[in-house]
Amino acid sequence: MADFCMPSLGADMMEGTLIKWMVKPGDRVKRGDIIAEVETDKADLEIEVFETGLVDRFLVEEGTCVPVGTPIAVIDTGVGWAATTKAPAITSHTAETRTPAPSVTAPAPAPAEVPPAEAPPRKSPARPQRVRATPTARVLASKLGLDLKTVTGSGIGGDILRADVERAAAAKSAAPLAGRPRISPRARRMATELGVSIEDLQGTGPDGSITGDDVQRATPTASPAAATPTSPVPASRPSGRRGPIAALMERSNREIPHYYLSQDIDVSATLDWLSRENAARPITDRILFPALLIKAVAIAAREVPELNGYWLDGAFAPADAVNVGFAVSLRGGGLVAPALANPDQEPLVEVMRQLRDLVNRARTGKLRASEVTGGTITITSLGETGVDEVLGVIFPPQVALVGSGRIRERPWAESGMLTVRQVITVTLAADHRANDGHRGGLFLQAIERALKEPATL
Amino acid sequence: MTPEHARTLVLESLHRVAPEVDLAAIDLSGDLREQLDIDSMDILNVMIEISEAAGVDIKEEDYGELDTIGRCVEFLVANTGPG
Repeated sequence: MADFCMPSLGADMMEGTLIKWMVKPGDRVKRGDIIAEVETDKADLEIEVFETGLVDRFLVEEGTCVPVGTPIAVIDTGVGWAATTKAPAITSHTAETRTPAPSVTAPAPAPAEVPPAEAPPRKSPARPQRVRATPTARVLASKLGLDLKTVTGSGIGGDILRADVERAAAAKSAAPLAGRPRISPRARRMATELGVSIEDLQGTGPDGSITGDDVQRATPTASPAAATPTSPVPASRPSGRRGPIAALMERSNREIPHYYLSQDIDVSATLDWLSRENAARPITDRILFPALLIKAVAIAAREVPELNGYWLDGAFAPADAVNVGFAVSLRGGGLVAPALANPDQEPLVEVMRQLRDLVNRARTGKLRASEVTGGTITITSLGETGVDEVLGVIFPPQVALVGSGRIRERPWAESGMLTVRQVITVTLAADHRANDGHRGGLFLQAIERALKEPATL
Repeated sequence: MTPEHARTLVLESLHRVAPEVDLAAIDLSGDLREQLDIDSMDILNVMIEISEAAGVDIKEEDYGELDTIGRCVEFLVANTGPG
């Protein structure tokens, strides 16, 4: 018999809500099978089992929120208690067969490192807060036509969970939906940010829908004096969706001696190659630049292994697998960095397919647990926001974060000639305990080499 | 394809990529990225959804033109057969 425990789906996770069992007692399961859906404050995740055996019984009912490490089911493995809970290798049907499991798995956070889950996070009353809700809660609320601002959250820091939306919908079911104000997503976001109640607004848009201008007009014009409290507001710990990431980033900046390197790369020829390739491909096989970057980073991480792995218990533990996490911003706030398994060993079209799938599932709340815990190095790509470069904060216990800015035209001097080229600035934030600037420089050079030979990717 | 049919198809495609968005409140002539808070990965997914649902090819250089629901509808009406 083995206890199956609520897994730690990232160093920043403290608890999870069991949404749904995907198996039933008596079912035969094997390592890697999905047995449950779990809701965390970041995303909804499908949880894989780590043992092979029979599902004996459940210890936790659907809808229950338990701390990480709590036994939630008993699996009859027929081999006693040998199996222990640990993060699995990323199970990707293509990678699984030919790559060994990573020798290093993401460790659970040391209990002392994270704020206790039962301490209620303080909220700053001074400024309006964005409505915090998990992706499935958002999707459901949108389906039901429910304004999240009217829902009381029961998750960490008041996060709205799917169950909260269901409860609110049930309570409201007698009331007709016809009275729901029509509002554009931009206006809704503004209203949330500015603390304006949508119910009180008179829409001037098409069919009486509420526009951004309506929200702007209704925003209380706070005088600077009124906005500034006489006594300083105590620094409030960010709660809800930013809470865990805040704790993790705080730990990163406190513990990791970061160093930063940056390199401009001329990608003109790469982009020409890409548009020629894409012109000949059906739409589903077309490749976006981030897929090239992911593959180039994986190749470079394979060449310079000091940047790929974890800093654990005062020493660097290199990872066998190169699992490249890709930071995805979630609509409505939040950040998750699901990883692609060994993209250096996949054809580019497959890397692109996986990336598209991961981003889509991250934003619709359907990631697998192993995907959010498996990263051995992470990329943050902020080019779409228009920034030139990113000097990032490492996701512990990883030791390197690659940043990329936008691709832009720049004057470019080469061989005594001045020309205009398409240039991207790729940066590295790395842990100086695990490696040094020389290795970091070699790593960036390897990325440049790979990006300049796109046909070999 | 009739404009009405094309509009339904485009809205359904958007809904599959960004299910939480209230499509009833979207301005047909407003910029999709801005209104829906979506990036190029989402745009590609929307183009794929539209392309597969309508059975038409959308060239990469056309993505930029198809930046509002209205333009997507016009494109579909122009590039599909009647009916």
